[in-house]
Amino acid sequence: MLLIHCPYCDETLPELEFAYAGEAHIARPVDPSALSDEEWRDFLFIRTNARGTHFERWRHIHGCARFFNAARDTVTDRFLVTYKAGESRPDLTVKESAE
Amino acid sequence: MSRYRIPGHGRVDHGAPVSFIFDGKTYQGLRGDTVASALLANGVHLMGRSFKYHRPRGTVTAGSEEPNALIGTSRGPGRFEPNTRATVQELRKGLVTESQNKWPRLSFDIGAINDRAYMLFSAGFYYKTFMWPKSFWDKVYEPFIRSAAGLGKSPTENDPDRYAARYLHTDLLIVGGGPAGIASALVAAKSGARVVLVDENPEMGGALLSDPSVMIDGAPAWEWLDTSLTELRAAGVRLMTRTTAIGYYHQNFVGLCERLTDHLDTPPADAPRERMWRVRADQVVLAQGALEKPLVFDGNDRPGVMLAGSAQTYLNRYGVRVGDNPAVLTCHDSAYHAAFDLADAGSRIAAIIDTRRDVRPDLTDAAAQRGIRVMQGHTATGTKGRLRIKSVRVNPVQDDAVGKPVEIACDALLMSGGWTPSLHLFSHTKGSLAWDADSNTFLPDRRTEACQIAGAGRGLWGFGPVLEDGVNAGLAAIEALSRSGNPRDLPVQNDRLGTGVSHTELPTDLSAGKAKAFVDFQNDVTAKDLRLAVREGMRSIEHVKRYTTNGMATDQGKMSNINGLMIAADALAKQPPQVGLTTFRPPYTPTSFGAFAGYLRGQTFQLTRTTPIDPWAEANGAVFEPVAQWRRGWYFPKPGEDMHAAVARECRATRASVGIFDASTLGKIEVAGPDAVEFMNRMYTNPWTKLAPGRCRYGLLLGEDGFIRDDGVIGRLSSDLFHVTTTTGGAARVLNMMEDYLQTEWPDLNVWLTSTTEQWATVALNGPNALALLKPLVEGVDWDDFPHMSVAECSVAGLPARLFRLSFTGEVGFEVNVPARHGLALWTALIEAGKPYDICPYGTEAMHVLRAEKGYIIVGQDTDGTVTPQDAGLDWAIGKAKPDFVGKRSLSRPDIVAKGRKQLVGLLTEDGSKLEEGAQIVLDPNQPLPMKMVGHVTSSYDSAALGHPIAMAVIEGGHDRMGEVVHIPMPDGVRRARITSTVFYDPTGERLKA
Ligand SMILES: [Zn+2]
Repeated sequence: MLLIHCPYCDETLPELEFAYAGEAHIARPVDPSALSDEEWRDFLFIRTNARGTHFERWRHIHGCARFFNAARDTVTDRFLVTYKAGESRPDLTVKESAE
Repeated sequence: MSRYRIPGHGRVDHGAPVSFIFDGKTYQGLRGDTVASALLANGVHLMGRSFKYHRPRGTVTAGSEEPNALIGTSRGPGRFEPNTRATVQELRKGLVTESQNKWPRLSFDIGAINDRAYMLFSAGFYYKTFMWPKSFWDKVYEPFIRSAAGLGKSPTENDPDRYAARYLHTDLLIVGGGPAGIASALVAAKSGARVVLVDENPEMGGALLSDPSVMIDGAPAWEWLDTSLTELRAAGVRLMTRTTAIGYYHQNFVGLCERLTDHLDTPPADAPRERMWRVRADQVVLAQGALEKPLVFDGNDRPGVMLAGSAQTYLNRYGVRVGDNPAVLTCHDSAYHAAFDLADAGSRIAAIIDTRRDVRPDLTDAAAQRGIRVMQGHTATGTKGRLRIKSVRVNPVQDDAVGKPVEIACDALLMSGGWTPSLHLFSHTKGSLAWDADSNTFLPDRRTEACQIAGAGRGLWGFGPVLEDGVNAGLAAIEALSRSGNPRDLPVQNDRLGTGVSHTELPTDLSAGKAKAFVDFQNDVTAKDLRLAVREGMRSIEHVKRYTTNGMATDQGKMSNINGLMIAADALAKQPPQVGLTTFRPPYTPTSFGAFAGYLRGQTFQLTRTTPIDPWAEANGAVFEPVAQWRRGWYFPKPGEDMHAAVARECRATRASVGIFDASTLGKIEVAGPDAVEFMNRMYTNPWTKLAPGRCRYGLLLGEDGFIRDDGVIGRLSSDLFHVTTTTGGAARVLNMMEDYLQTEWPDLNVWLTSTTEQWATVALNGPNALALLKPLVEGVDWDDFPHMSVAECSVAGLPARLFRLSFTGEVGFEVNVPARHGLALWTALIEAGKPYDICPYGTEAMHVLRAEKGYIIVGQDTDGTVTPQDAGLDWAIGKAKPDFVGKRSLSRPDIVAKGRKQLVGLLTEDGSKLEEGAQIVLDPNQPLPMKMVGHVTSSYDSAALGHPIAMAVIEGGHDRMGEVVHIPMPDGVRRARITSTVFYDPTGERLKA
């Protein structure tokens, strides 16, 4: 069972308290009617399916109930960082070299 | 006392005899014995038949890696367990055990004919033998396989035992209570860290229990062991025996299964049988030791052939000599010590057969001193003996040439093919392995978790090096915990250091093709099978494994993986690391389902949600059905009524006068705030801006893909407050979806979402007399301004209420919401007030019938996640003037507007029969198979109001097929049905206006 850091509670807690919520940083278009069928299809269905670092959403559903973002390595299943919804994608290369 | 038991020897209690039953016969063992050691003490080697060939088998090991000696154990009614390892099951009074895979009896088995039919069962037999002729499968092959194969018998009764579960947090978890683990614990405990030491055996000590000849720190091994364990206890280390670390998961999460009562003569009445520990440790030390490998040669599975180290365990730990004149066959120094210990205990060693030409002189000298003949540079090419080994065929090997054989008489053959570090838990963490060419084995390499690996588990040999390594691992762990510790010197005298070589199959002068040289004893896989798999094109070790089933039995290849790899690599002419190792998966040893389930069984398997009105339903004879996690009243039969009669009566009574229904399970969400109406406009398809406070509306929720997700009636209580209802099963999903949009897409909206499902009890009244019944009980409603689809906050029967006027039946209808604590009071008040109207409680089945008669859909029954509002005939619920809502853009996607989508329609059979829900629909019943299916029946009921069955279905292009006949092929013939509107009853809605 993974341990996940909720950036709102600022606590590291068991995976059981959390629910996965799909890929992160896919914003709903402001005016969907302006999108072509292909653009809308991509928004709906096309995801990165990364091998390695994956930016994804989690919800602390049995805690503060907030949605937040995470970068997780899909090979090792290791969480690299979690951050609040609305914050931009963290620069992981900087973080790694600092370690 | 049998001549095989050495009085006073070993760790068993010679003053405490324990009798037990094996295959109907009573035997005597000693307290501290396992079933295997007790049987060996009685001279019994034959303990079972093998899985595929039903070959007679004896115990090969003395531990949890045992592949052969699997027995059924019984602890009384409901407490039968198959496939228990006789080497692990401790003896207790009255234990009843039986051998497996034998018929009619262990010494004579009909299924052993399989052994002669070897050709049928070679590698890949699952895929080849039984393919032809096809007609033979059901009648010949499958029954034969089912009767012949399989391990043990499944228990037939519910497990009456209790199983416990606990969490444990600790600084350091040490897996393995042998010398390395104990040494780690000794230094770690001194640092003040919280330390847990676990071992699967009934006592700590590991290899020290099997080989007590060394002196450690100036004391005999067992004395040092006692002193050390006392020191650990005093330091507060938690020592857990009979506790197997079954799996090692992310972030140092380790599962432990502790066996609590199987060894007790009379377990306490309420004691749990096993306890699953879920441990989170900051640091882990893996000190799991090494497992001895068998040698691969013809007849290496005959009862009496066992691992040399295991024979040494039986001798030193249990005081049992496994034979009077055992022979030893080895390629590793360690087996010499087994031979010496047995010789010193009175066995006559027939010979030590060593595949190596060069052997350390001190070993050959020690053998000579004991009069033991050592045959260097020899191979074993066969064994004889029907139910027990009688002799081994031995040949000299010179420059790969196998010389003339000699037969050496023996009553046991102790083999050692070297040792494999036990890397199972390390592999669970995806830690990488590196091939060590010197020792011909894999060693732990890159770690992914905060762990240390110590001792024989990383390829070390001898007590001195292992103890030193344990100390170092303990120091590394406490350093990682930011604590300080001191090294500890644990000098060892008389250490039994050793090395060895590694083999594929042993060389032979006989046809290798006829050899039954077993690699995986439990799955009956031979070296020949592995080579055949390679010849037939298997290249990856994972394919070889699945084709031959090598390593796939319950022992997870503990003994067979490395031998299998060496042989496959040889056949592929590759180096072992290029062929790779198969994946070890949890659990380390077979683990009972009870231990995994723990407390979560029966009533606590899944919670059952009940409404405040549930006690009334129970007291009034309701038959219940589960809906999501709820228990709901399905129907209320009167004496003598079956379901059909009860539901028909409930439907008739509702349409004739008034019915009452517990709708409390409906999901309820309060949407509040200045931007509530904007939020509702964006979430639901319908327009909400113009819905006046005090009115309600059917709401339809889509996913962004345009498919129906949920529906429900939504009331507007004030300009900034909506009372949303959802389907019973959809409540949590809908709230999650709303929160998702609110938190992440529209955080600027000033809205609060609150689940109120359990705050309100909801009672539905439907029928022509519903209004008359309700009116006198209501205060605070202006009935002149309370038409269909209205909502008001008022009081009902003196209780604060939210009153909805709506209908899910087509009759005049109301839903009264009161705070949950008043639910039962409201219900009983309405039942009482309804008596003059013959009020009839109805259940979920009647509710389904009544709504289907009106063509109202149930999301999840009439829709399946691919149904759009147009498909369901709900275009009218779409606010077409709204610029946007969730799913709107998708409603103009090419696939969604394409012709031929499945659309919801009504169906009436021509013969008046009732259709089966889920039945497939075709247009032409005479077309060849497989027929083109154009849809399926989603709902089907007998309708009391109409006097005939009705059905709903989704059918390709259904809306354009009104009046057409479709066909429903069923086992008893093809039904004809005519496509109709989904509204079967009162299509103009007259009854709502009454
Ligand atoms: Zn949180």
